[in-house]
Amino acid sequence: MAPPDPRRPFKRPAFSDQQKRRDISLQRQAQNRRDAQHQARCLALTTMSLQNDSAATPDPQYEHSDPDFEIEPEAAVKDRDFDVREAASLRGREARRWFAKQLMLPEWMIDVPDRLNSDWYVCARPAGKRCFVVSSNGVTVSRLRNGGLLHRFPSALPNGARSNNSNRSGQSYCILDCIFHEADQTYYVIDMVCWAGMSMFRTLVVYNCDQEGLKAAYTGPVSYLKDGLLFYNKHAHYESGNTPLVLVWKDENCSQYVLDTDSKGHIPDQQQVVLELLDDGRLATLDDPPVIFGCLDSDFIQKTGSQTGELLRFSINEGALYFKDGQLERADLNYLGKPNRARAFADSYSKVMFQYAARHSPLRIEHLLASIESSNHQETSTDADMLG
Amino acid sequence: MAMEVTQILLSAQSVDSTVRKHAEENLKQFQEQNLPVFLLSLSVELANEEKPADSRKLAGLVLKNALDAKEQHRKYELVQRWLSLDVSVKGQIKACLLQTLSSTASDARSTASQVIAKVAGIELPQKQWPELVGSLLSNVHQVPPHVKQATIETLGYLCEEVAPEAIDQDQVNKILTAVVQGMNANEANIEVRLASTRALYNAIGFAQANFSNDMERDYIMRVVCEATLSPEVKIRQAAYECLVSIGSTYYEKLAPYIQDIFNITSKAVRDDEEPVALQAIEFWSSICDEEIDILDDYGGDFTADSDVPCYYFIKQALSALVPLLLETLLKQEEDQDQDEGAWNLAMAGGTCLGLVARTVGDDIVPLVMPFIEENITKGDWRQREAATYAFGSILEGPSPDKLIPIVNVALGFMLTALTKDPSSHVKDTTAWTLGRIFEFLHGSTLATPIITPANCQQIITVLLQSMKDAPNVAEKACGALYFLAQGYEDVGPTSPLTPYFQEIVQSLLNATHREDAGESRLRTAAYETLNEVVRSSTEETARLVVELVQVIMTELHKTLEAQKLSSDEREKQTELQGLLCGCLQVIIQKLGASDPTKYALLQYSDQIINLLLRVFACRNATVHEEAMLSIGALAYATGPNFAKYMPDFYKYLEMGLQNFEEYQVCAVTVGVVGDICRALEDKVLAYCDGIMTQLLKDLSSNQLHRSVKPPIFSCFGDIALAIGENFEKYLMYAMPMLQSAAELSAHTSSADDEMIEYTNSLRNGILEAYSGIFQGFKNSPKTQLLIPYAPHILQFLDSIYIEKDMDDIVTKTAIGVLGDLADTLGSNAASLIQASVSSKDFLNECLSSDDHLIKEAAEWARLAISRAISV
Repeated sequence: MAPPDPRRPFKRPAFSDQQKRRDISLQRQAQNRRDAQHQARCLALTTMSLQNDSAATPDPQYEHSDPDFEIEPEAAVKDRDFDVREAASLRGREARRWFAKQLMLPEWMIDVPDRLNSDWYVCARPAGKRCFVVSSNGVTVSRLRNGGLLHRFPSALPNGARSNNSNRSGQSYCILDCIFHEADQTYYVIDMVCWAGMSMFRTLVVYNCDQEGLKAAYTGPVSYLKDGLLFYNKHAHYESGNTPLVLVWKDENCSQYVLDTDSKGHIPDQQQVVLELLDDGRLATLDDPPVIFGCLDSDFIQKTGSQTGELLRFSINEGALYFKDGQLERADLNYLGKPNRARAFADSYSKVMFQYAARHSPLRIEHLLASIESSNHQETSTDADMLG
Repeated sequence: MAMEVTQILLSAQSVDSTVRKHAEENLKQFQEQNLPVFLLSLSVELANEEKPADSRKLAGLVLKNALDAKEQHRKYELVQRWLSLDVSVKGQIKACLLQTLSSTASDARSTASQVIAKVAGIELPQKQWPELVGSLLSNVHQVPPHVKQATIETLGYLCEEVAPEAIDQDQVNKILTAVVQGMNANEANIEVRLASTRALYNAIGFAQANFSNDMERDYIMRVVCEATLSPEVKIRQAAYECLVSIGSTYYEKLAPYIQDIFNITSKAVRDDEEPVALQAIEFWSSICDEEIDILDDYGGDFTADSDVPCYYFIKQALSALVPLLLETLLKQEEDQDQDEGAWNLAMAGGTCLGLVARTVGDDIVPLVMPFIEENITKGDWRQREAATYAFGSILEGPSPDKLIPIVNVALGFMLTALTKDPSSHVKDTTAWTLGRIFEFLHGSTLATPIITPANCQQIITVLLQSMKDAPNVAEKACGALYFLAQGYEDVGPTSPLTPYFQEIVQSLLNATHREDAGESRLRTAAYETLNEVVRSSTEETARLVVELVQVIMTELHKTLEAQKLSSDEREKQTELQGLLCGCLQVIIQKLGASDPTKYALLQYSDQIINLLLRVFACRNATVHEEAMLSIGALAYATGPNFAKYMPDFYKYLEMGLQNFEEYQVCAVTVGVVGDICRALEDKVLAYCDGIMTQLLKDLSSNQLHRSVKPPIFSCFGDIALAIGENFEKYLMYAMPMLQSAAELSAHTSSADDEMIEYTNSLRNGILEAYSGIFQGFKNSPKTQLLIPYAPHILQFLDSIYIEKDMDDIVTKTAIGVLGDLADTLGSNAASLIQASVSSKDFLNECLSSDDHLIKEAAEWARLAISRAISV
C-alpha cells in the first residue's frame, strides 16, 4: 500500500534520446523493408507492362534513332512514390519515362574520384544504343534508354522464347542492362538487373582500375567499336536512376563521339544544352535537386509559347559559365528552339560540365593515370601510419 | 507436522555472514525437500506469540516471497505451486495467518496482513477462500483497536492485490463501509483512522458503483474532505492521496465538489506542512492531466461518442489557481538544483503551472506576465528565479502568436542573465527556459523565426560559454542547444549552424571530459546534444562528422583499455560506453544515409566493427543494445561486404536473440537480423539455420516479452526475401507458427485499446512474413510448396477484413500480401482468390483509399490478381 510518489519530471524534457535512437532505427528498418518489397514488386510490374506492350505494334517514331540518344542522354528523375497503376497504363511519353527510370544511369566523370585504383572497375564501353533487354512470356524485347522499342526476338533467356524452359514457371523473367552494338548485331551486357542465363549475349571484360587495368581498357583491342570507358564503383548495387557510382569518360582516342553533335550530325560551334523549364521560369538540369542555369522572364516564355515542364535547347556563349566556390553561379545562354520531341529528358549537370570541359580543358587519360599513381603513394604512407 | 524453524530464521539474520549463508542454505533445502511442511512451519512461527519478533517477521516475509515474484514467469510458477498444494495444508496456513491479525506484536500483524492479501490475490480469482472477506468483517466492530487496525490494513492490501472483478459488489460494499467508517471522526483510535484512510486509497478502484450513487458518493467525499482537516499530518496526507486518486478515477463526478476542494487545497498549499501541501498541488496537476487527455482525444470537439466530457475545472479555477501556484515558486530550497531527488513546493508548483498552461493555452499568459515583470529584476535571487521559472513553465500550451512577441523581448535579457546573473540557481532556470523556448517556439513549422542571423551567433556563444559553468547549468545549456539543433532538423541543404559546427562539437566534447561531468547528468546531456547536432547537420559539415568517427572511436577504445577498475568505476565506464555506442550509431546512420558520405564512413568499418565486438564481450544490456543498433546501421551502409564480419559477429547476434530477460536487446537484435538479410541477401544463408532456430525458440517462449514477437514474424519475411526458395526447409516450422498466430490475432476479443494495438502489430508481422515468403519464392519451381498454405492465408485476410478493426499499416500490408500471393502462385490460386472476400470488397475499398500507400499496394494487388486469373 505504498503511497503514490507525487514527484514529476523536473526541468527535464519529456522524452529520451535513447528512445529517439531506437525509434529512428526502427523507422529506417521499416523503410528498408518497404523498399525491398517495393523493388520486388516493381520488377514484376516491369514484366507485366512489357507483356501488355509487346503485343502492340511499336510506334514507328521510336524506331528512328535520334542523335540525342547516340550521345547518351542522361538519367531519369528518381521518383520513389511512383504510382504503380499509372505505370501499367502508361503509353507514349510517360511510358518511356517510366522505362527509362529503371536503368542505372552513369554520371559523366568531371573529376577523378578518390581511390580510383582500389574502389573502382573499368571497362571499354561499346558504341551503340543503351537498352533494357527483358525476357518474359516467351518473348524477348529490347527497349531504348528513352523507353522506345528497339527489337522483339526470341532468346535463350528465361522465358525469352516460346519453346524454351517449358518446365519453368510462367512467371519467370530476366532483365539485362545492355548496349546494342549495331555492327555485329550483338547485345553487350553491362549489368544484370535480374536473373539471367546468357548465351547469345556477350559480357564485357572488366578490369580493376589500376595502371594496367586502365591502360588495357583504354588501348586494348576489343571486338566492338569503343565509345569511352565505364567506371563502376565496387560498392555499388544495381539501382535505378542517376548514380555517381557508375561514371563514363571519353576522349578522342577511345571514342568517335566526344563532342555532342546537332540534329544533322555536325558539331556546333558553341556547346548546346537542353534544359527543362520550371513553373517559375527557371531553367533546370534533370538532377535531383536540379541545377539552375538561368531564368526566363514571362514575356519570353509567352513569345516562344513555352510551357512548364517543356524542354528547351540553348547554346552557351563562348566561355560563359561562371563559377563561384566550385558551384555554377550563372550561364550565358542563347535560346535555339525546342529539341526533338522524342527527347525525354533535360541534360544532367555532369553531362554539361563534361562537354564544357571537353571544349576547354578536358580531363585527360594522363590525369586518371596520375591519380592512380598518387593514391598508390598515399596508400603506402597510410599503412605506415597505422603501423606506427 | 510443522517443524521448528526459529533458530534457522534467527541465524539467517545473523551479522556473521558464514552463519547467515549456512542458514539461508538450510531454508532453501527445506523448501526444496518438503514445500508444504516448510510453508506450514513458517505460518506457525508467524502465529506463535511466544516466538521472538525477528523470527516471526522473517517467517512472514519468506512465506510472502514463496507466493509472489516480480518477474511474470516466476510469479505464474509460484501461483500454480500454491494452487496445487494440499487443501488441508493451505487451510492450516490460512488459519495461522488470520490468527496472527490479533497478535499484540505490530510487526507480526502487519506481515500477516500482507501475506493474507497475497494468498487472496491467488485464490479469490479462482473462486477459492470465499469466506475471507466475511470473516474479516464479521467482528470488526467488536474487536480491540489493534485488531481492527490490522483487519482494515488487510482489506487495503487485499484491494491492492485483487482485481475488482474478483470480488462481488456486495462484499465491495461491506469493505467500503468498514473502511469509510474507520475514517470517520467518530473513530477514536488514530491508528485505525490512518489505516482506514490508506485502505480507502487502494479501494477507490473498487468503488465504481458507489461513486455512481449520489448519496454514497457524497458520503465518501465528505469523509475524505473531513480527513484532510484531521489534526494528524499523516492522516491529512493520506486523505489528499485519496483525493488525487478520486480526481483521476472519477473526474466526471467531481463537479459538485470542486469548489470545496479548491478551498481546502489552497489552504493546504499556503499553510500546511510540505508533504500535505505537495499532495494538494498534485490534485490540481492530476486534474490538468485528465483535461489535457480529454482535450487531446477530442480536440475540443465534443460529439455524442465522447466518453468523458471536459468540465473545464482548470479554466474555471484559473484566476485563483495561478496566483496560488505563483506564490509557491518563491519557496525554493537552496541547492535544490544539485540534488537529483529533490521535490519541494516550488518544484511542484512550477510543474503544475506548466500543466495549467498546457490545459488552458493563451488564457494563462496575462495572469503570469505581471508576476514575471515584477520579479525578474529584483535583488533577491528567489524572485528572479521564480519569475524565470514561471516564464519557462508557460512556454508550452499558449499559441506561438501569443508567446513569440514576448520571447523576442525577453531573449536578450535571458542571454545576459545566463552570462551575468550572480546566482547559479537563476542561471540554471534561465538555461532551462531558453531550452523550452527553442523546444516549442523554434523550428521550420513556425512562421516567424525567433533565431535570426542577427542573434544566432550571440545565442550560440552564450550557450557554449555556459557549458563551462557549474554542472547543473552546463547540463541545461546542453539541453537548450539540443532543441536549438532539433529546430534545424529539416532546414534543407544549408544550416545556420554550419559556421559554428566545429566549435559546438568541440565544446560538447570538452563538456564530456570535465572532471565533474558525472554530476547533474552533464556527460549524458552533452553526448545526447552531440547526437542531435549530428542528426540535424547538413552535407556542408559532412567532412567534420566523418572526423568525429575517429574521435568517438578513440574514446571508446580508451574505455576498453581501462583496467583494474573498482565496481563504481566500472559502472561509470559502462555508462560511458553506452553513450559512445549511441553516438557512434547516430553518426553511422547519418553518414550511411547518402552515398558520398557512406564511402567516407566505410573506410572505418573494420575498425568500428572491431571495437563493437570488444564492447559486446563486456556484456551489459544497455551497451549491448546501443552497440547492436550501431551494427545494424553499419550493415545497412556496408551492404554485401558485411559478410566478412559475420564469422566474428555471429555469436553476439545469437546471444542477443537469446536474451529473454533484457527483451529490448532481443528486440533490437531481431531488427538487426533484418538489416543483415537486406545487406547480405543470399549470402546470409550460411547463418540462417542458427538464426531461424533461435527465432523459433523465441516465439515458443512464454518468458519473452510479447512486444518482441511481431518483429520476429516480420524478420521471417526479411529472411525469406533474402534467401528465396532456400527458405523451403524452414516452411514446416515457420508456417504452423504463423498460422496459429494468425488464428489468435484474427479476432480482437477485447475492446482494450492496448490489446487492439498489439493485435494489429502482430497481424502486421505475420503479413510481412507472408509477403517476404511469397516474394522470395517467386520464379522458383518450388512455388508449389506454398499452394497448400494459400487457403488459410486468404481466410486470414478475409477474417481480419470482416473484423473491421485493422489500422492503416495492417491494411496496407494485408492488401499487399493479396498481391504477392497472386503474383507468386498465379493461376494456381486463381479460383481461391476469386472466391475470397478480400479480392473484391476489401480490394475495392483499398483502391479508393485516401492513403496513397494503401492505394499503391491495392493497385499492385489488382494487377497481380488480374494477371493470375487471366492466364
